[in-house]
Amino acid sequence: MNPILLAVIVVCSIGILCAVVLVIAARFFSVEENEKIGAIRECLPGANCGACGYAGCDGYAKALAEEEGIKTNLCIPGGDGAARQISEILGVEFEDVVEQVAVVHCYGDCNHTSHKMDYDGIQSCQAAKMFYGGAGKCSFGCIGLGDCVGVCPNNAICIENGIAHIDTRKCIGCGLCAKTCPQKLITVMADVESVLVTCNNREKGAVARQKCSNACIGCKMCVKNCPSGAISVEDNLARVDYEKCTNCGECAKHCPVGCILVSDFSGIHRYSEDDEGQKF
Amino acid sequence: MKSLIIILMTSVLVNNYVLSKFLGICPFLGVSKKLNQAAGMGVAVIFVMLLATAVTWPIYTYILAKNGLDYMRTIVFILVIASLVQLVEIILKKYMPALHASLGIYLPLITTNCAVLGVTLNNINDSYNFIESMVNSLGCGLGFLLAMVLFAGVRSRLETANPPEAFKGLPITLVSAAIVALSFFGFSGVVDGLFA
Repeated sequence: MNPILLAVIVVCSIGILCAVVLVIAARFFSVEENEKIGAIRECLPGANCGACGYAGCDGYAKALAEEEGIKTNLCIPGGDGAARQISEILGVEFEDVVEQVAVVHCYGDCNHTSHKMDYDGIQSCQAAKMFYGGAGKCSFGCIGLGDCVGVCPNNAICIENGIAHIDTRKCIGCGLCAKTCPQKLITVMADVESVLVTCNNREKGAVARQKCSNACIGCKMCVKNCPSGAISVEDNLARVDYEKCTNCGECAKHCPVGCILVSDFSGIHRYSEDDEGQKF
Repeated sequence: MKSLIIILMTSVLVNNYVLSKFLGICPFLGVSKKLNQAAGMGVAVIFVMLLATAVTWPIYTYILAKNGLDYMRTIVFILVIASLVQLVEIILKKYMPALHASLGIYLPLITTNCAVLGVTLNNINDSYNFIESMVNSLGCGLGFLLAMVLFAGVRSRLETANPPEAFKGLPITLVSAAIVALSFFGFSGVVDGLFA
């Protein structure tokens, strides 16, 4: 037989055989994908932030489509709009999304505290923390090298005057910054709350006070003056129980160092230049 | 048995596909940023190499060589490997969705990976029998996994290094890949001594 013809026949028949096998496989092993998954996925913003508790937007869409009784309002970046669309697709009742914002539990900027050394190493909070707990005098406070700035999907964080500020108008409440911060200074809370302890120092009052003029000294004035018993002092640091807090602001009025802040977090940039006006 | 172990050790260490033969450099540079991704890619490559060898060796021996068509092997192997990987993807999606979710994104990358094609062709060029071919493929896959994991470690160190401006990014990655390859050069000649 002609060798060219033979080559053509053999290669073509192998190719056709492969194609036939693939066609048969595609027919018999095809997986029926739930159409709702795609439709729900379209509604989600696609930030893959994980705030819903699932592995990215795809994971949440799959869970919503396949399992009963999952809340449709878990997507915080998507907000009410996404929740409403998903509820329509699934035919369930729509619930409001609890808007969340990230807040920084430190106000030790350049006016309140200073450095114990000049740090010239790797410019990341993670690295600086490993080097004697960072350059700041207070080893609990914001290091200010901006690891949180890097992970924020919405550019809501900036470093001003040595500490991280979160623009609550831009914050989508995904909590990536809270996971990244090596000092665990950032928490995500519902934006209806407005009382915030802006300190994370757990040292004794006198020691903390020497390091930062904004530090919580654990004096318990807030505990004594809170009408609803929402504040406790643990490890020399005031903590607010948001289940009980009524946003009355008594704690902030009686705080001698002014480390308790009361303001509306829903869409107001807390730290204006005239920040004394914002603090009670 | 001894010759099989020599084949295995040779293909893992001495003739490492990435670091000595410079095949499969694309995934080596592309997927080695994170350790778990690198390991996932490595495992997927081992799987596909074994499967590709198991299919291409009989095709070569019983169809191509018999008909004097051994010069067509490159084209036929590409054809067979590509459709094989597609088939595996379809079957994995149906029966092992968990495995598909972890390996799935790497499978299309492997379809056109020269390391896989290189293994199947080299098995023929070295005139290995079927068992030897399978052992050689396993070794090459393990060598690929080893190179990926080692280099992922090197790259995680590079993240925090502060090289001069001109070296940032790909240049320093290629320089460090060259140094890792250089270290594998030290294995040449070791294997013969191991079983002497």
